[in-house]
Amino acid sequence: MLSEIRRNPLLILFFILGMVIVGYIVAALSHMLYSQLVLNPGDFIAVIKDPVVLGSIWLTLYTSFISTVIAVILGIPLAYILARYEFYGKDIIEAIVDIPIIIPHTVAGIALFSLLMKRGAVGTAFSKLGIVFQDNMWGIVMAMFFVSCPFFVGTAREGFKSVNPNLERVARTLGASQWESFYQIALPLTFRHIFSGAIMSWARGISEFGAIIIIAYYPMIASTLILARFNTNGLQGSQPIAVLLILVCFVTFVVLRVISKRGGRK
Amino acid sequence: MIRVENISNNWGEFSLRNISLDIKENEYFIILGPTGAGKTLLLEIIAGLHFPKEGKVLINNNDVTFVNPEKRGFGFVYQDFALFPHLNVKKNIEYGLKLRKVPEEEREKKISELIDLLKINHLLERDTTTLSGGEKQKVALARALAINPKIILMDEPFSALDENTKSKLITDMKELHKSGGITFVHVTHSQEEAILLADRIGIMMNGTIVQVGTPDDIFYKPMTKEIARFVKIENIWEGKVTDKKDEDLFIDVNGKQVVALSDHFKVGDGVRLIIRPEDILIGKGSTSARNEFKGKVISIVKHGFYYIVRADCGFQVEAAVTKQSIENLGIKEGKDINIFFKATAIQVIKR
Repeated sequence: MLSEIRRNPLLILFFILGMVIVGYIVAALSHMLYSQLVLNPGDFIAVIKDPVVLGSIWLTLYTSFISTVIAVILGIPLAYILARYEFYGKDIIEAIVDIPIIIPHTVAGIALFSLLMKRGAVGTAFSKLGIVFQDNMWGIVMAMFFVSCPFFVGTAREGFKSVNPNLERVARTLGASQWESFYQIALPLTFRHIFSGAIMSWARGISEFGAIIIIAYYPMIASTLILARFNTNGLQGSQPIAVLLILVCFVTFVVLRVISKRGGRK
Repeated sequence: MIRVENISNNWGEFSLRNISLDIKENEYFIILGPTGAGKTLLLEIIAGLHFPKEGKVLINNNDVTFVNPEKRGFGFVYQDFALFPHLNVKKNIEYGLKLRKVPEEEREKKISELIDLLKINHLLERDTTTLSGGEKQKVALARALAINPKIILMDEPFSALDENTKSKLITDMKELHKSGGITFVHVTHSQEEAILLADRIGIMMNGTIVQVGTPDDIFYKPMTKEIARFVKIENIWEGKVTDKKDEDLFIDVNGKQVVALSDHFKVGDGVRLIIRPEDILIGKGSTSARNEFKGKVISIVKHGFYYIVRADCGFQVEAAVTKQSIENLGIKEGKDINIFFKATAIQVIKR
C-alpha cells in the first residue's frame, strides 16, 4: 500500500482529503475528552457519583435496548420478505421503511406525538390498556424504535440477500418445512448481519433526541439531561455528562463488535 | 413414473408453455436446451419448489402438483452445489436424515455407505468452503442420496466443473445410474453430457419441450430447423418433392436431385432436408451412397480433432472430415471434390 501511494499522486490527494473527515471527528471528540478528563477531572468524578446522571444514562441504554428487541422481532420477517421476494409495491414498502432516516427528528417527534399522545388515535386505545406514551418510558421506546428500525431492517435485508436461496430450496427437498429451512439455514447464516443491525439500531436509539423530547421530555434520557444542564449551567454542567455517555457507549460498542466477530466466525 | 401434463407458468422473466413429459422409471432423462429456456424452472416445479399456474405433476399416477417439496423425497443437486456453509461435510450429508429423525447408529451406517460409494471418506470432517468443485459436487450428491430418493433432479450439475473433473464425474454418474433404483432428471445445455448420459432427451426451447427422443432421434432426426441448428447441423436444405416411388422421395434442391426416404410427403410438397456433417463423405471413386455430387471446396476449418469442409455442389454442404482424409484426398480450398451421402441418412421435415 505504502509503495503504491508513492507512485500515485491521485491516491495522495484522496488520502489527504479523506484524512480531513477522520481528523474532524477525532479532533471534536478528543478535545472534549482531554479538556474534561485531564484538565478538569473533578467535575467528571462528581458526575459519576450523581444518581440523576447515572439514572438517565441507564434509562437511555435500557429504552434503546427494548426498542432494538422490538425492531429485531418485527424486522427479521420484513427483511426476509424484502430480500427474497419480488412483488408489486415492493419499492413503495422499501421507501416507506426508509422514511424515518430522511425526515427531520423533530418532525418525527410531532408525528409520533399526535399519534401516541393521550388524546391521540393510538394513544387513547393504549391508555385503556394502561400503557401511556406521553412523558413516559414507552414514549421514549416508541420514538427510538421509529428512528432506528430502518437501520436494522436494511442490514438484516442485506444479510438475507447474501444467503444463496438455493440453500433453502435444497433444505426443503431434503425434508425441511418452510420454518425449518428458515431457522436452520437462512437465520444462522444471517446471524452476523442481524447482530450488527441490532447494534446499529441500538446506537441509533441512544443517539436520538429530537423526536424524544417532543413526546417525552420526562423521564429524562441522557441527551435531554445534557441539554437541560447546558441551558442552566453551560459547558461546565453538561460536558462531564457528555463525556461519561460517550465513554459508556464506546466501551459497550467495542465489546459488542468483538462478540459479533467471534460469534460470526463459525 | 414422472408425468408432467400441460404445465404453464409465468414466473419473472421465464415462462413455460404447455409442457408435457413422460419420464419412465429408472430412466436417465436429460432436458437439453439453450440458456434461458426455462429448464431450471421446470425442474423446480417437478421438485415442488414452485407451483405451476396451470397443469399437473403426477408421480406414479398420484397428483402431487401442490405437494410441498419436503413431502416428495426427491434428491436435488444444483449447479452451485448449494452446500450449507455453516455445516461441515458430514453434517451436510446427514441433514436430511436428521430431519427424518433417523437414529444416530443408522445415520452413521448410511453416511459410511455413501462416502465409500463416492470415495469421499477423507472429506468427512472438512469445512465445505475448502472443497474443490468436484468434491463439492460429490458431497451434494451424497447429501441428496442420503434420503434414499427414488428420483434425483439435477440442475446443470457439471457446468461449474473443469473438463477433467467433469468427465470423471460423468463416468461415476453412469455407474450410479446402472446400479439401479433411481430415476434421474438432469437439466443441461451441454450436448456432450446429453450424448454420454441420456437414455432419452427432451429438447427445451423458449419455454416449451419441442422434441423428445433417444440421443439418436435428437441428433440425427431433429424435427425442426431450430433443433437441427441447436444440435449443430448446418446442412439444412430447402427443396420440393418432384417424384415418389414407394419410400423413395426425389427432391429438387437448387436444381439438383436428392434422394431421401420418407413416406410422409407427396409430389409438390415443400420440404427441408437435414443431414449431419459426419454423414457426408468426400471421396474419389464411387460408393454405395445414392446421392453423389460434384462440388468445389469453399473453406476448411479446424474443429477439435476433425475438420469441417464446406463445399458448394449447387447447394452448400458441410462435411466433417479427419485430418488423414484431408491429406490423403488432397482437399484444398477451390479444389473439385466428389460428395456422397446415403438416402437413409437424411431427415426430411415439412417446410
